[in-house]
Amino acid sequence: MWQRIAHLIRKELLAVWRDRKSRMVLIGPPLLQLVVFSFAITQEVRNLDIAVLNQDLGVDSRELVARFAASPYFRTVGALRGMAEIGPALDSRDVIAVVQIGSDFSRSLAAGNAAPVQILLDGRRSNAAQIVQGYALTIVDSFNADLSERHGHKPPARSLVARAWFNPNLESLWSTVPSLMVILTMLVGVIVTALSVARERELGTFEQLLVSPLRPIEILIGKTVPALIIGLGEGTAILLAAVLAFRVPFTGSLPLLYAGMVLYLAAVIGVGLFISSLVATQQQAVLGAFTFMAPAMLLSGFATPVENMPDWLQMLTLGDPARFFLVIVKGIFLKDMPASEVAQSLWPMLLIAVATLSGATWFFRRRLQ
Amino acid sequence: MNPATHSGRARRIGGLIRKETLQILRDPSAMVIAGILPLLLLFLFGYGVSLDLRQVALCLVVEQPNAETGSLAASFANSRYFTLESGRDRRQCDADLVAGRLKGVVVVAADFAARASRGDAAPIQVIVDGSDPNTAGLVQNYIQGVFGNWLRQQQIASAAPAPAQVSLVPRLWYNPSIESRNFLLPGLVVVIMALIGTLLTALVVAREWERGTMEALMSTPIGIAELLIGKLVPYFVLGMAAMAISVATAVFVFAVPYRGSVAALLLVSSVFLASMLALGLLISTLARNQFVASQIALIGAFLPAFLLSGLIFEISSMPLPIRLLTNLLPARYFVPAMQTLFLVGDVGAVLVPSTLSMAAIAAVLFAATARNTRTRLD
Repeated sequence: MWQRIAHLIRKELLAVWRDRKSRMVLIGPPLLQLVVFSFAITQEVRNLDIAVLNQDLGVDSRELVARFAASPYFRTVGALRGMAEIGPALDSRDVIAVVQIGSDFSRSLAAGNAAPVQILLDGRRSNAAQIVQGYALTIVDSFNADLSERHGHKPPARSLVARAWFNPNLESLWSTVPSLMVILTMLVGVIVTALSVARERELGTFEQLLVSPLRPIEILIGKTVPALIIGLGEGTAILLAAVLAFRVPFTGSLPLLYAGMVLYLAAVIGVGLFISSLVATQQQAVLGAFTFMAPAMLLSGFATPVENMPDWLQMLTLGDPARFFLVIVKGIFLKDMPASEVAQSLWPMLLIAVATLSGATWFFRRRLQ
Repeated sequence: MNPATHSGRARRIGGLIRKETLQILRDPSAMVIAGILPLLLLFLFGYGVSLDLRQVALCLVVEQPNAETGSLAASFANSRYFTLESGRDRRQCDADLVAGRLKGVVVVAADFAARASRGDAAPIQVIVDGSDPNTAGLVQNYIQGVFGNWLRQQQIASAAPAPAQVSLVPRLWYNPSIESRNFLLPGLVVVIMALIGTLLTALVVAREWERGTMEALMSTPIGIAELLIGKLVPYFVLGMAAMAISVATAVFVFAVPYRGSVAALLLVSSVFLASMLALGLLISTLARNQFVASQIALIGAFLPAFLLSGLIFEISSMPLPIRLLTNLLPARYFVPAMQTLFLVGDVGAVLVPSTLSMAAIAAVLFAATARNTRTRLD
């Protein structure tokens, strides 16, 4: 029995490897994605253009404008001439924000009153706009601090000192590259399994497999193991690239990471098999895989944190293996997560893997009878 | 051109269109991707995917409580952003930060009150979880905000003379309530159309190549242009229908405002869809194998529409080579166009250049496909 399975596994691996295009698709694009998306997925905000409308004639406003112009966060700081120019500048997306200083700014400050400065932001890009608002606030705060010092006020004794653990400079890359390991291995695991059965069905070779002495469970193992091997290879390549090329720190335990990867791949391969047991053609297999992967990606916390979701949706994420593997990957890369904590995310993946694999087996058997 | 060939052409194209339409209607998977998947994505995005933080789990460690630290703790507890956990010992909180159960730890040292009353620097330590840099930055800002308010209240309470200050008054145009769904859902329409336009077309045509029915079609009197038109019209209709469903769901279910004109929406989205269909055709002619075609379509259309279009991640913050690369992607023009149509209106300065760029890309892709189809047969 084991020999038969080994042959089947070898045949499956060869089938993927011998076809030049399939081989390239498994190697080239994931690496390309890793590079492009690693650099693209950044939530830092840089190189943005803003404009200033300064209607005040005093020294203070000119100094504030100079501080905006000197800030490294903004690429250009243009000057507007009148209120009428604000609308078009924002509408056309030429600038993300307009800072407007009213005509009585210096007078108010000199009189010891609060002097408001308006910042108008482009809500089409709310996320970036809020970050720009944060930068502007920093500039205004330091302006205020200098102003009150000049007037002889002592700086306040109570202050906040913030530090980020695990990633002191808040490098996006350190979080993105490990996350891409989750996404890309899922892509490979699901697609390879879902398509391999569907292709055999479409070509009619699946019937040949069925009349061979192989039992259904052996066919299933023969389909699962190659996908697992390919997925692990993919994950290893990403791991090497992350550590060697992207210089992401790796602080945790390698065996634990691989334990997580095996369970994760088992879970997603189970989904792939499940899909392939339902479909008749490769097209349906791809679309089915997609219908699973798009929500699984969104619910994993990769793009936006799970905690931001409403409670009922957070419940739904408990069925998503990517959500748990993401915690493990980030924890092991950056946080040196202890085994007891890793285990908290391992056992849900184990449950999901058992559920998807046994579900797929059941469906497979039923389709074959 | 004499009328006979003209009607022959119309009949040939008509026949092809009917055949493709029947194929779509008979294959449930096409309906799944055109009907169910868009709705699933819209609902997930509409309800779930949010960049707005809520209920940030925070641990406040006060090593020596007194009246002052009590009012600080109350400020944090009253903030709607945080769910607060307090303790005397920071070690438990640090472990929870590693586990990801907490997003931040605020530590008020034992000598805080003594130092502050002496007028020495009295820092409060804040630690955030840097493994998610975006959230870490936002949490820092929120904590800073709560602390700043508390400080101002303390100043007012102590009746010390406040120095004249510049205050920043932010106003978010087009989306004043800062709903992330207002700009995510218009962008999501782009992802959905990219999916239908490219993935579905690439798969369908790759299958014809794989089965050899494409060669059979080619040996009929049908011309290349007719063949392309006949293949594309049904998918064009399907894509526009999915767009209409998505826009209607965004507007009527999720109450995203729509401020542009319907004509502009139809024009801009048909140009985008044409470029996606052209990409799908090109991929299928190059790959001729459904597995390869599906992978290239995912990488060439879906993921860029998601990640490189400015929908979630700012293009201007990407490194220069990737910024240049995005200029070749139709989605990069369609996302701002859709966001503008929804939230601002018909702004020519955004819509005209976007539409022209997408049309140019579509023309290049169609030309490449026509050339490839022809040479492949020789």
